[in-house]
Amino acid sequence: MGLLQLVAKRLGFGLLALFVITVLISLGVEVLPGDLAQSILGQSAAPDTVAALRRELGLDRPLHVRYGEWLFNFLQGDMGTSLANKREISELIGQRLLNTLFLAVAAAVVAVPLALALGVLAALHRETLFDKTISMVTLGFISLPEFLIGYILVALFAVQVNWFPAISNITPDMPLLKQLYASTLPVAALTFVVVAHMMRMTRAAIVNLMQSPFIEMAQLKGVAAARIIVHHALPNALSPIINVIVLNLAYLVVGVVVIEVVFVYPGLGQLMVDSVRVRDLPVVQACVLIFGATYILLNLTADILSIIGNPRLRHPK
Amino acid sequence: MTQIKQLETLLQQGKISRRDFLKRAGALGAAGAAPLSMLGASPAFAAKRGGRLRLGLAGGSTDDTLDPGTITDFFMQVLTHSIRSNVTEIAPDGSLVGDLAESWEGKPGAKEWNFVIRRGVEFHNGKTLTAADVAASLRHHIRPDSTSAMKGPLEQIESLRALSPRLLQVKLKTGNADFPYTLTDYHLGVWPEDESPLQGTGTGPFILGDFEPGVRASVRRNPNYYKEGRPFFDEVAITAIEDASARSNALRAGEVDAINRVEYKTANLMDRLPGINVLSITGTGHYTIPMFADVAPFNDVNVRRALRWAIDREALLKTIINGHGAVGNDLPIARHQPFYNTSLEQRTYDPDKAKFYLKQAGLSSLDVQVSTADAAFSGAVDAAVLYKEHAAKAGINIDVLRESSDGYWSNVWLKKPWVFCFWGGRPTQDQMWTVAYQKGADWNDNHWYNDRFQSLLLQARAEVDEELRREMYWEMQRLHWDEGATIVPLFNNFVSGVSDKIANTGTISGTAEMDGYRATERWWFA
Repeated sequence: MGLLQLVAKRLGFGLLALFVITVLISLGVEVLPGDLAQSILGQSAAPDTVAALRRELGLDRPLHVRYGEWLFNFLQGDMGTSLANKREISELIGQRLLNTLFLAVAAAVVAVPLALALGVLAALHRETLFDKTISMVTLGFISLPEFLIGYILVALFAVQVNWFPAISNITPDMPLLKQLYASTLPVAALTFVVVAHMMRMTRAAIVNLMQSPFIEMAQLKGVAAARIIVHHALPNALSPIINVIVLNLAYLVVGVVVIEVVFVYPGLGQLMVDSVRVRDLPVVQACVLIFGATYILLNLTADILSIIGNPRLRHPK
Repeated sequence: MTQIKQLETLLQQGKISRRDFLKRAGALGAAGAAPLSMLGASPAFAAKRGGRLRLGLAGGSTDDTLDPGTITDFFMQVLTHSIRSNVTEIAPDGSLVGDLAESWEGKPGAKEWNFVIRRGVEFHNGKTLTAADVAASLRHHIRPDSTSAMKGPLEQIESLRALSPRLLQVKLKTGNADFPYTLTDYHLGVWPEDESPLQGTGTGPFILGDFEPGVRASVRRNPNYYKEGRPFFDEVAITAIEDASARSNALRAGEVDAINRVEYKTANLMDRLPGINVLSITGTGHYTIPMFADVAPFNDVNVRRALRWAIDREALLKTIINGHGAVGNDLPIARHQPFYNTSLEQRTYDPDKAKFYLKQAGLSSLDVQVSTADAAFSGAVDAAVLYKEHAAKAGINIDVLRESSDGYWSNVWLKKPWVFCFWGGRPTQDQMWTVAYQKGADWNDNHWYNDRFQSLLLQARAEVDEELRREMYWEMQRLHWDEGATIVPLFNNFVSGVSDKIANTGTISGTAEMDGYRATERWWFA
């Protein structure tokens, strides 16, 4: 099967998966106790006030009608408006999505090369003090809950020495450098969280290969150790490494709500959590679709890259 | 003068701390030289204009809107008070003053009220405020398809009429002497009648800049604000910070100038930091442990009395809220509120008295079950366990039933006979007793239907003679203190963290957090 066919097929399945997700989300939000009208008005609301708000929001109609209407509009490119604050969802999400991607990209730009370099170095000097120290430090960080890493960074670098801001409340009109500066601590925290996983996988994949005959051959030829790893082992170990990197990239986009809360970063995660709390279904749907699509596209990218990087997959028999 | 006297009395009786006294008495300093000289320096102040106030506030959410009817939490409460004015206002010392109303008058029976609107107040768009704007803003909450939380409380309104551009007439279905207090509610800001409230135009001290729900809002000084010289800040930027640690970090790192809801367990540590002051203000919020007075064993007044004497309030004050509050005297009314009955003995921890009342009830020991969860208030589970220990010494075995926090208010409170609960309090006695103690009230969580108490409540509501009202409220409080079914062990403080660059008048309102939501108007950079 050609690469294009594979991509088309995977995209088709991806769309199907997204559709199933939207159905599940609708059902899930419906099953949660209470609804938007109640959560907006709070405990104190009189029943007729709640009923009036429900009518105004269209929540008095059955679920399948509301879902059908939403799907119909969505397929025409209209994400609808937030029920809770009446804003266009595209407007509500736009800036926050950019913020989330900005944070994810900034963290990835730091974390991925760092993880690869540390992984290669650890493989090169495996079983030495250097290797063990790196492993211990990175594994230590991955074992800490991310909010704790966040608090420690803030306590040290924002409160004690005041080098970086404690809250990363970035706005669209900030210049890029200022945005980067404001995001330093969350980027650092995310880097600590994701580096270990990628670095360990890089090291393990390379170390595995070091037992292979072609590496032995290279060693017997007298190729330098560093060159063996970078030129011979690394290309062959790329497939699992790419998979782990992509998994972590997806995490950087969809899984950082804790970091957003700790650093008051206006990203998509907080929006989704708030929307689930108040049962604002259209916004939840939009967020979930973005997160779902991120996962599917990144996984697809990983597979494509693995195929391109692996001649045996590129030219199947 | 009388207020200083009251404060002095409270101070001498040890009911408020010296620190509290200073905070409350500061503004009255000029009038009450004696107590201040007794305590040391008088905080002389002169407000300065300028600067950009940065607030980091808990209580913002992405579903916030500028519709005042659906405001529920602190971020929007501060924002709406910054851009809009109410008809009346509770001054920092607790007295009721006019905001947009210059004066008002209630006809005998308190069924008809006339409010005279201030002359020449301008909206941010230049339009002059009239009584019609006020009427339209109030109507927003009571129209048939209203989605406002004030729909119920304003149901008492029969008609609203702008008799002239400066005269608003309100007719009520039943007399309510406290009606002008109702208009201080944070939902009841005023906007132009030809605009939607979502546009954010008001007559308030600041003009709305940008607003992103759950993230930030910014406002700039309204040069035409009707209060002479106010506000003091040029700009205010509000950032929503839900996480308590992130809030205190932002304050410590100097990125915000003030935060709300400092955690009780860290407030004392924060107060020791250089450059930061902690404002701990007793408001009307209180913790309660209501029992159903119509369910055994709580239907026996002596059992209720025994349970009230068997709780160590001082110990709870120290351990649950770290001293940031005051012991309660089984009344849902705070000491600084109007018509507080000062003649009642403060209930203390007295196992012997508890045993005595148990005996009166014909019991030698008592087994009861209380429901609790941290949803009631932070520390409610610990409080219940402590209470269990206290009561054991009086022969009362309390079985602490730990409920799920999720759904506590829908499945436990108002459903189970004895629970832990929290009340934010109300500015007037009438509102507080009506919402939770009147027979038939949706939120009556104690089922204590004393006939005398219930009829006094209705009488006092329509009584305009202050002295008669005082007598009625005092009698109601005595009845509740003696026979009621709600234990009020603690009043909890509003705790804010504030940079020492910020100054205030010295009298901080206890109506709500951050100077009764009005810090943006009342504070300045020293």
